[in-house]
Amino acid sequence: MRVAVLRFPGSNCDQDALHALQDDLGLKVGYVWHTETSLAGYDGVFVPGGFSYGDYLRCGAMAARAPVMDEVRRFAAEGRPVIGACNGFQILCEAGLLPGALVANEGQKFVCRDVWLEAVDRTSRWTRGVERPIRLPIAHGEGRYVCEPEDLARVEGEGRVAFRYVGGPDGGPGNPNGSMDDIAGVLNPAGNVLGLMPHPERATKAILGGTDGRLVLAGFQMALVS
Amino acid sequence: MPVIVAELYRSLGITDAEYAKIVELLGRPPSETELGMFSVQWSEHCSYKCSRPVLAYFRRYREAVEGEGLENAGVVEIGDGLGVVMKVESHNHPSAVEPYQGAATGVGGIIRDILTMGARPIAALDSLRFGPIRDGEAAPEVVARNRYLFGRVVEGIGGYGNCVGVPTVGGEVSFHPRYSGNPLVNAMCVGLLRLDQVTTAGAAGVGNPVLYLGSATGKDGIHGASFASEVLGEDSDAKRPNVQIGDPFAEKALIEATLEALATGAVQSIQDMGAAGLTCSTTEMAAKGGVGMMIDLDLVPMREEGMTAYELMLSESQERMLCVAYRGREQEVVDVFRKWDLHAVEIGQVTESGLVIRRHGQVVVDAPAEAFTEGCPVRDLRGEEPEYHRRAREFRLDGIPETDLGEGLLTLLAAPSLASKGWVTEQYDQQVQTQTTLLPGDGDAAVLAPRGTGRGLAVAIDGNGRWVYLDPYAGGLLAVAEAARNVACTGARPRAATDGLNFGDPNQPHVFWQFERSVRGIADACEALGVPVVSGNVSFYNESELGEVLPTPMVGVMGVLEDAGQRLSSRWAEGMEVGLLWVPLETGPQQGLGASSYLAECHGIEDGVPLAPDLAGEAELFESLARLAEQGTIGAAHDVSEGGLAFALAEMAVGSGVGAELDVPASAPLGSRADAQAFGEVPGLVVVAYPKGHGPRVEGGVVGRVRFAPMGRVGGDRLEVVFPNGRLSVAVHNLAQAYREAIPAAMQPTREQEGA
Repeated sequence: MRVAVLRFPGSNCDQDALHALQDDLGLKVGYVWHTETSLAGYDGVFVPGGFSYGDYLRCGAMAARAPVMDEVRRFAAEGRPVIGACNGFQILCEAGLLPGALVANEGQKFVCRDVWLEAVDRTSRWTRGVERPIRLPIAHGEGRYVCEPEDLARVEGEGRVAFRYVGGPDGGPGNPNGSMDDIAGVLNPAGNVLGLMPHPERATKAILGGTDGRLVLAGFQMALVS
Repeated sequence: MPVIVAELYRSLGITDAEYAKIVELLGRPPSETELGMFSVQWSEHCSYKCSRPVLAYFRRYREAVEGEGLENAGVVEIGDGLGVVMKVESHNHPSAVEPYQGAATGVGGIIRDILTMGARPIAALDSLRFGPIRDGEAAPEVVARNRYLFGRVVEGIGGYGNCVGVPTVGGEVSFHPRYSGNPLVNAMCVGLLRLDQVTTAGAAGVGNPVLYLGSATGKDGIHGASFASEVLGEDSDAKRPNVQIGDPFAEKALIEATLEALATGAVQSIQDMGAAGLTCSTTEMAAKGGVGMMIDLDLVPMREEGMTAYELMLSESQERMLCVAYRGREQEVVDVFRKWDLHAVEIGQVTESGLVIRRHGQVVVDAPAEAFTEGCPVRDLRGEEPEYHRRAREFRLDGIPETDLGEGLLTLLAAPSLASKGWVTEQYDQQVQTQTTLLPGDGDAAVLAPRGTGRGLAVAIDGNGRWVYLDPYAGGLLAVAEAARNVACTGARPRAATDGLNFGDPNQPHVFWQFERSVRGIADACEALGVPVVSGNVSFYNESELGEVLPTPMVGVMGVLEDAGQRLSSRWAEGMEVGLLWVPLETGPQQGLGASSYLAECHGIEDGVPLAPDLAGEAELFESLARLAEQGTIGAAHDVSEGGLAFALAEMAVGSGVGAELDVPASAPLGSRADAQAFGEVPGLVVVAYPKGHGPRVEGGVVGRVRFAPMGRVGGDRLEVVFPNGRLSVAVHNLAQAYREAIPAAMQPTREQEGA
């Protein structure tokens, strides 16, 4: 499994993703610049967080139209693993690979803290290893998941809600941003493409305060057996 | 060439004597562009003309000025071939008139200061001061304005820092009426570099190309540095065009492009375009290298047509750098910047001597670079001890009733200056770069675990304007001791300091006295604790029609943990035991309540003087903490500071959600009144928590004169503390509510007003 970490101008979790996947999960990883037109030699894609192109238009809207995204669409269609975290989730929605959109948090402020998540559907490669509630950091100003009622019904009905925000064991608050149905992450129909607002790449070693992110990122390795 | 009249140069803040000096240095009257360049380079912000004699108290500064220059003096070696650079920069005046952009560009500027040394910026901290934000603590319109400034400054820091991908890992915020007209916004940045990659800002190599890097130049921020060097007045809102506009997206690209370009080895020297942009970068790079430069302004990338030489040289457009490349290798630099969609344009070259600048083929500047950087005459200012200071020493507690300890504690917890800053830190990305291992609020300092080393870096910034106001020398000592103690409470050994010195108009004798005495205190403490001041910033003229600010030096300290995994939080846990470490100290007639938060918040009194720390004892305390952390003897540590011992215990209880039953030893240096024992601000006290039965090991682990006594155990849902002469018992839930809801409650009306 060789994973491409995409780099757009303004990406700022690209290096974190590379180190998490390479140092902590032992995967082969390389950066792919946004202007590239081929993902030859790679088996999976990580679309990192940050503020691609400054997010001066809608979040992720510019990046979704970058040359490299045609290859990401091909990967998605071929059933290869594609994950987008935070700005990466926004980009995948803007690219039409996932339904819905991420808009300004209900509180109108950027929120950086830990949240608790529950894997709703456990059949996808990304959720199979998540057997218990997990704790991951969030850091976003526009992470409130919204979509059309019919899309929401379909996503819910088809078991494509990957993760929901839940209250922590200490009784802490659940949904941090007002997302519909407490949705933190969604899957494409085939389940190989995951977008989520929390940052699994920020929770891959104990010294960072948690390792639950590994349970999600292990989805890349699931490809070997599935 | 227009005739320079006195009104013109005076309007730019240049005195008659300084103008005469300019004419003498040039051998002729300056051109308009030259005059503008002198006005910014000779402003206090750039020249330190008022503060230089006092800054010489800092040993590294003195040695650097006398020796080879400041830049390399700022690198602190931490082992594994790595070095740390750090610096504080103020952006007070821009933030007073345009809080979002003022704060944002303050963050951007300090990040470029670190970048320009060849370091990757790995953490930011912010030290903020505002006027009161609670109803009734000032006129309604003043409170509303303070809330607006506070809210927008925090958003500006977050808006820039979050996007640029540098985690904001710490800082502090406090409130006082004296900051109402003139908030303080100091940003600190920490960078990490390989010691073999330290860059220079000294241009060299006649014929080498001078490259302009980054964003295009517009008309924004012209005379920002001069604006920073004058008093805010009623017309300050008219200065909004002086405030620069930040583009964190461009800065993120600039960071990556610059580090990539430096890695090619094609860059000879580099400097950011800070205050006065092209003026400071060209004059300072040429002067540092002892060379000249020939610059053609027609080649500068511009955001609009028809900009004059004056505007181009004085623009403070953000996200720009200037570098000298080795002739023949400049294309390597250009290619990197093109990849990141940034400008990289040759605008001139290095010459033997003299700074010669052309616009439309005309020579508009022709002067030695040193005239701008070193020609500025030092102002000889005199300080005078103010009357209030003499009285503060004589202050006595007689007649001040003792507040019920539980009520007093809740009052302190709910005071915005002391309350939880979670409302602030939650708006900052604290974890990007995935090196943050102790978050703001979880420990006394933030701890980073940088990749490439197993060591940990602890960073904290601290300052208390009330202490410094009432005793500038002791306040200076305390600022260093506090920040260093915060770092030590994570188990790190303090290694270096940086400072942001914020004062009123230094031409006022009492202000200059406050400045001189507090800097002396900072310098003496740094010397005694072995934490050299490696960089710093001076901000004068912090006053408005509402008065001058409290003298507010902010001190940032960096420390090193040999093993990042051994960091200590400030949270105890169920089942742990709790003890007190202290350095013996006489608490005197004011019993640690002089200049205290308790007197201010519970009695409305700001008088008396703070207790000065025993620096040799503090050093032994820090070493004790480092050893106890390394041995794994203790699990948490939290220093006693504003609000005293009771407040420190309350923070530990709230942080972990568990109470404790404690007996405070009579041998601790805590005064005789119950309120002094609970709320006295006695330096050299640290609360430690440790696994059951570790008490004797703690006692055996301390060094020097440091004393230890067990106090009790963690558990239950109340904080119950028996002091020698009093007691308190409050439910942790009530403590948490007061502590956590103070700032959100104060800021709530703002949101409603905005929504209405």
